[in-house]
Amino acid sequence: MQNEICCESPIIAGTAEPETNIQHPMEGLLRMDRMPHIWCSGCGLGSVVTAFVEGLKKAGSDFDKVAVVSGIGCTGRVAGYINLDSFHTTHGRAIPFATGLKMANNDMTTVVISGDGDLFAIGGNHLIHAARRNVDINVICVNNFIYGMTGGQTAPTTPLQARSSTAPYGNYEQPFNLVGLAAAAGASYVARWSAMHVRRLADSIAVAANKKGFCFIEVISPCPTVFARKNMGGTGLDLLKSFGERTVIDHDADPTKIPIGMNDEIVCGNFINEDRPTYWENVQTGIRDAVDKENVYWKNL
Amino acid sequence: MKYWETPFGMQKPQVVSGHINILKDRCKGCSFCIDLCPRQVLEYSTDFNEKGYHSPVVANLDACTFCGLCELICPDFAIFVVETNPKEAALVQEK
Ligand code: SF4
Ligand code: SF4
Ligand code: SF4
Repeated sequence: MQNEICCESPIIAGTAEPETNIQHPMEGLLRMDRMPHIWCSGCGLGSVVTAFVEGLKKAGSDFDKVAVVSGIGCTGRVAGYINLDSFHTTHGRAIPFATGLKMANNDMTTVVISGDGDLFAIGGNHLIHAARRNVDINVICVNNFIYGMTGGQTAPTTPLQARSSTAPYGNYEQPFNLVGLAAAAGASYVARWSAMHVRRLADSIAVAANKKGFCFIEVISPCPTVFARKNMGGTGLDLLKSFGERTVIDHDADPTKIPIGMNDEIVCGNFINEDRPTYWENVQTGIRDAVDKENVYWKNL
Repeated sequence: MKYWETPFGMQKPQVVSGHINILKDRCKGCSFCIDLCPRQVLEYSTDFNEKGYHSPVVANLDACTFCGLCELICPDFAIFVVETNPKEAALVQEK
């Protein structure tokens, strides 16, 4: 069969004019009465929210069955902006709240989105114990290397030599390696991306949404207002680009051996994806065994 | 031009078309979309939006592939792309 091939210029039927009758796809999932959000121009937190929603869409999650829990801080505002079941907890207590929520509503996908200060400083113990128990929650930790909301104090993630308002001559403290800590504590899924890798981040969020067990995703995000200003890092875009340039993607890397320094490479990837009995499963098995034993006892009486 | 065979079994080369929608007054001028667009479709506008930022404007719509990166990376939910069905676009041309 012969066909005539159309060789004219590409057909572009579009216009640059915004259409008045269509809305931004995120509109239904955000609390629009709270917009514009408080995040600074050039902050990566908004991108993380979009990637999170994109990930849930990819995972095919039912939005009525997703709960978002946040702690305090710039990232803690996510729960207030996202139009799902969400709760803004007290400082550091997002994980205990999410654990309770998951235990009472086992069919819900429970996601904690909070910052490095909230999850690893004041909430550090909750995180390692939730990972140890393998509670079936997903934790998305946005790491901007500093306490943003309170004015730029040294956080447990501030790299050595980075300046902050409490370290004017540079930080002398060894920072935490978040993925290493989560992996060592027993998380079932561990990944690290930056706000630059929105698509890969959305893929990881999609995997975590359908995975049983404790899933931990670290997202490195630019904080131009505090971290970049203290460290002459330029604008949010400059930071974002530098994260992109410094990134080495290695899915087989040992998460405990990839700390983040001030200027050296950032190893990103999906490091751990394994199955372990979750806390819920262990509770169920434990109760069933106990009931069976009771029944045997009464039968033999 | 006539070919004896349809390349890749396609009737017409598939082309993308669509709209880039910029919600100007929601933008905070971070330029993520402008700088990270793989096809340099967007550029800063010369005028200010109501917040006092320069929002992006579409400079070269023909280059846009509707990859959606700008939509995904915009931290202020201020830009989104809508791709129209490529087959529909071809049909429009046929008429
Ligand atoms: S202080 Fe930093 S982390 Fe907080 S909103 Fe501003 S840029 Fe983002
Ligand atoms: S859809 Fe992709 S190519 Fe088009 S403007 Fe956005 S980033 Fe650029
Ligand atoms: S990414 Fe969003 S906020 Fe930033 S310049 Fe583009 S439209 Fe404006």
